[in-house]
Amino acid sequence: MTGVPLSWYLILSAVLFTLGVAGFLLRRNVITVFMSIELMLNAVNLSFITFSYQLKQVNGHIFSFFVMVVAAAEAAVGLAIILTVFKNRSTLNIDDVSSMKN
Amino acid sequence: MDVILFLIFAAIAVVCGVNVVVQSHPISSAISLIGVMGSLAVLYLLLGAEFLAAAQVIVYAGAIMVLFVFVIMLLNAGAEIRHGRALLAQVLGIPLLFTFLGLMLYFVQHMFPGTADVHFGGFTHGTALDVGRALFTQYLLPFEVVSVLILIAILGAVVLAQREMD
Repeated sequence: MTGVPLSWYLILSAVLFTLGVAGFLLRRNVITVFMSIELMLNAVNLSFITFSYQLKQVNGHIFSFFVMVVAAAEAAVGLAIILTVFKNRSTLNIDDVSSMKN
Repeated sequence: MDVILFLIFAAIAVVCGVNVVVQSHPISSAISLIGVMGSLAVLYLLLGAEFLAAAQVIVYAGAIMVLFVFVIMLLNAGAEIRHGRALLAQVLGIPLLFTFLGLMLYFVQHMFPGTADVHFGGFTHGTALDVGRALFTQYLLPFEVVSVLILIAILGAVVLAQREMD
C-alpha cells in the first residue's frame, strides 16, 4: 500500500502560506488582505494536523481547533473595524487610510 | 488511491489559492477561498482528522466566509483600483517571496526526506471523542479562556459596528 510522503503535505502548506503572504503584501483591498490572513491561518492548520499525524498525537488537532476559534473572533472584530472605517472614509483601499503614517 | 486524492485536492487548493491573490474583485477571491477551505477539509480527512474536517467546513467555509461575503455585499465593494504606488513592494517583494518559499521547501526536504508515508486510516484518534477528551481534560483552562475571548470579540464587534464616529 503506497501512501503520500509526509513532506508533500508540508510543501503544500508552505505554498499556501506563501500565497497568503503574497496576497497580504501585494493587494490593496482591505477585505482581500483580510482573506489572505485567513489563507495563512489555514496553511498553518494543515501543518499542525500533518505533524499530529506524524507524532500520532491529538495535540495538533487541539491547537488547530484553537487557531480556528481565534480566526473566528478575529474575523468578527476585523470586519466590524472595516465597516466602521468604510462608514467614516467611504473607501476600502488601504493606501487611502494612512492617517497614522504622518 | 491516496496519492490520487491528495494530488487532486492539493491542485484544487493551490489553484484556488492563486485565484484568491490574482482576482481583482473581492467576491471572486471569497469564492476561491471557500474552494481552498473545502479541499483542505478533504486533506484533513485523509490525515485522520475527521472532527476538524467537519469543523473546517462548518466554521470556516460556513460561518466565517458567510461573514466575509455579507460584508462585501453590504459595502458593495467593487474591483480593486491599482494606484501603482506599491511598485517597490512588487519589485522587492516577489523575489523575496520566492526566496522564502525556496528556504521553506529546503528545510522541509532536509528535515523530512520522504521516509514517513501518510495513508488513510494510519491515524484514527482524531474523532470527536478523542478531541473532546483532550479538550476537556488536558486543555480545559485554554478552552475556558478562549470562551471568554469569543465573548469579548462579540461585544467588541457589536460596539464597533454600531458606533457613529464624527
